Amino acid sequence: MPEPARAAAREPVRGAARDVAVVAFAQSGHVRDSAATSEVEMLLPVLHDVLAQTGLRARDIDFTCSGSSDYLAGRAFSFTMALDGVGAWPPISESHVEMDGAWALYEAWVKILTGEADTALVYAYGKSSSGDVREVLTRQLDPYYVAPLWPDSVALAALQARALIDAGLTDERRPAGTAARRRGGPVRPPGEYVVAPLRTGDCPPVVDGAAAVVLAAGDTARRLTDRPAWIRGLDHRIEAHSLGVRDLTDSPSTRLAAERAGAFERPVDTAELHAPFASQEVVLRRALKLDGPRGAHVRINPSGGALAANPVMAAGLIRIGEAAARIRRGESDRALAHATSGPCLQQNLVAVLEGDPRPGTGGQPEEGQ
Amino acid sequence: MSEVLTAPLVVEFPFTRSLGPVQSAFLTGLRERCVLGVRATDGRVVVPPVEYDPVTADEIRDLVEVGTGGTVTTWAWNPSPRRGQPLAAPFAWVLVRLDGADTALLHALDAPGPEAVRTGMRVRIRWAAERTGAITDIACFEPAEGDRTVHQPQAHSGEFDDPLTGITTPARLDYTYSPGRAQSRYLQALADHRTIGERCPSCRKVYVPPRGACPTCGVATTTQVEVGPRGTVTTYCIVNIKARNLDIEVPYVYAHIALDGADLALHARIGGIPYDQVRMGLRVEPVWTDGSRYPDHYRPTGEPDADYDSYKELI
Ligand SMILES: [Zn+2]
Repeated sequence: MPEPARAAAREPVRGAARDVAVVAFAQSGHVRDSAATSEVEMLLPVLHDVLAQTGLRARDIDFTCSGSSDYLAGRAFSFTMALDGVGAWPPISESHVEMDGAWALYEAWVKILTGEADTALVYAYGKSSSGDVREVLTRQLDPYYVAPLWPDSVALAALQARALIDAGLTDERRPAGTAARRRGGPVRPPGEYVVAPLRTGDCPPVVDGAAAVVLAAGDTARRLTDRPAWIRGLDHRIEAHSLGVRDLTDSPSTRLAAERAGAFERPVDTAELHAPFASQEVVLRRALKLDGPRGAHVRINPSGGALAANPVMAAGLIRIGEAAARIRRGESDRALAHATSGPCLQQNLVAVLEGDPRPGTGGQPEEGQ
Repeated sequence: MSEVLTAPLVVEFPFTRSLGPVQSAFLTGLRERCVLGVRATDGRVVVPPVEYDPVTADEIRDLVEVGTGGTVTTWAWNPSPRRGQPLAAPFAWVLVRLDGADTALLHALDAPGPEAVRTGMRVRIRWAAERTGAITDIACFEPAEGDRTVHQPQAHSGEFDDPLTGITTPARLDYTYSPGRAQSRYLQALADHRTIGERCPSCRKVYVPPRGACPTCGVATTTQVEVGPRGTVTTYCIVNIKARNLDIEVPYVYAHIALDGADLALHARIGGIPYDQVRMGLRVEPVWTDGSRYPDHYRPTGEPDADYDSYKELI
């Protein structure tokens, strides 16, 4: 517990709800191979950028939470090396999740909701180029029945893609094409089969990268930015870990997380979906009811999504950051951000973000430009 | 600007895991060519079996034997098998619902090409010649199109002679380790018998070895500063147990050494002096062996001991 004097200086917590917003977002360039830089060297410019946006110094942050993976680094406690980047000595209030940074953001959000912090710095990074990410990710599978077979991440996503094709929800040539067209770019060439039915154009490029977000409560958020991206709801859910128990064409955990986050209460105008594989976007659009008339006015992945750049452990946090940045730029009033972790969309997190109502817009979602 | 170093890094470990009653019965069963599932709270037969219900999370133990033939529920064609995967030639990954089961098991299907595979096709288990009680006791599945056996799940005690209580699953991952710019500069200077630290532009402290950031200020350190070669023992311990693969006679002294000009102590072995004569404040210098990229140990310089006040911040 904070000492009474410090606690008294904080805003009162109104019941369980306290307004918390994303007030800043920064990300690194995404590169194929970042051998020239250590994790902390890659992270430092991003941390400086996100703090500069708020005028805060690392020292001013109440709580810091990070997401990364020892298996990507090939070293135990690898996150401790990156802590140098936030000035961890003298001791700071700090935590880490061995997950995508979106889950670190969830922890930071809870920390602010409890009233123990007014500001939080969330960062995530992954240097998957130092190993073979397809092999590395097999180590998160059931160690008794599955991991000894070394099914790589593309193989498992391909099983899901085939299930979608069999169910008539997509076809073999469609995923890469639709993904590219939606972004207004040239249709991405389908490329060679990696594990059929997935081709290179349906699979995420292996990139290294880092991202950071600053969260702040109520009036602190209003002081730090003109247009905070308020987190109206945030929830994460998980499926059974055995792939053979699940219906791979559906994502009930995403739907439930969205429901609990309030995503279905009013339409959103933007959706940032973390679909590392093109076919997974089909599953997410269905789970989040973004297809059909309801989704006609929703800009899906204006950032390019994870198929453009999927820095493992940061790509989910980037979805939240991109959605928030769009609100802060005035390009969105209500946005949904989704993050995933594990094979075939095993774990899913949904955040609903909103900007304050603006005169003249009537709070209506605007058309994408 | 110096070149950034990289080196191969292999992480290899034989993971030893104990088995609960359900996993033990399943894996021991595979050794005996018998496939077991478990009945879930809703009556479904889950194969491979789990100890807790996938829906209710209740503990479940009701084992049943299912068939060794089944139906492909989804598949993916793997044109280039990778290390550790079940087959060396191109194969299909499959989820197979075994006869009598309500869920599917992941494995490989040996088929001549993707045109020979479809969802709904009949397949059967091809057992490994040598079975030890592992998922790899199923070598793979093979097509069994004519097979229309109807298999009803049979209750099974899960009891076998000589049941498995644990498994060992070796794992190896290969990395290219890169220490980044700051540590590369440090290691390259060390190969020239020089020690460099980096100065924080904010608090002015010199960190050695440098990691590219000041852990107090959270800013990049960019100015290189040569430190040492001499330094002061700030604290030490006496090692009495011989480490494996290390041919240093015990007892020996391991110490923290504050190199002259550095604001962080390094650690290294102290030699050239009886272990019981090492003391705080002892002045030492590095000893290099031929062709070595780092000092073998530090030895006394013969200078008078340093004042306690000169190193007390670095203990
Ligand atoms: Zn400093």
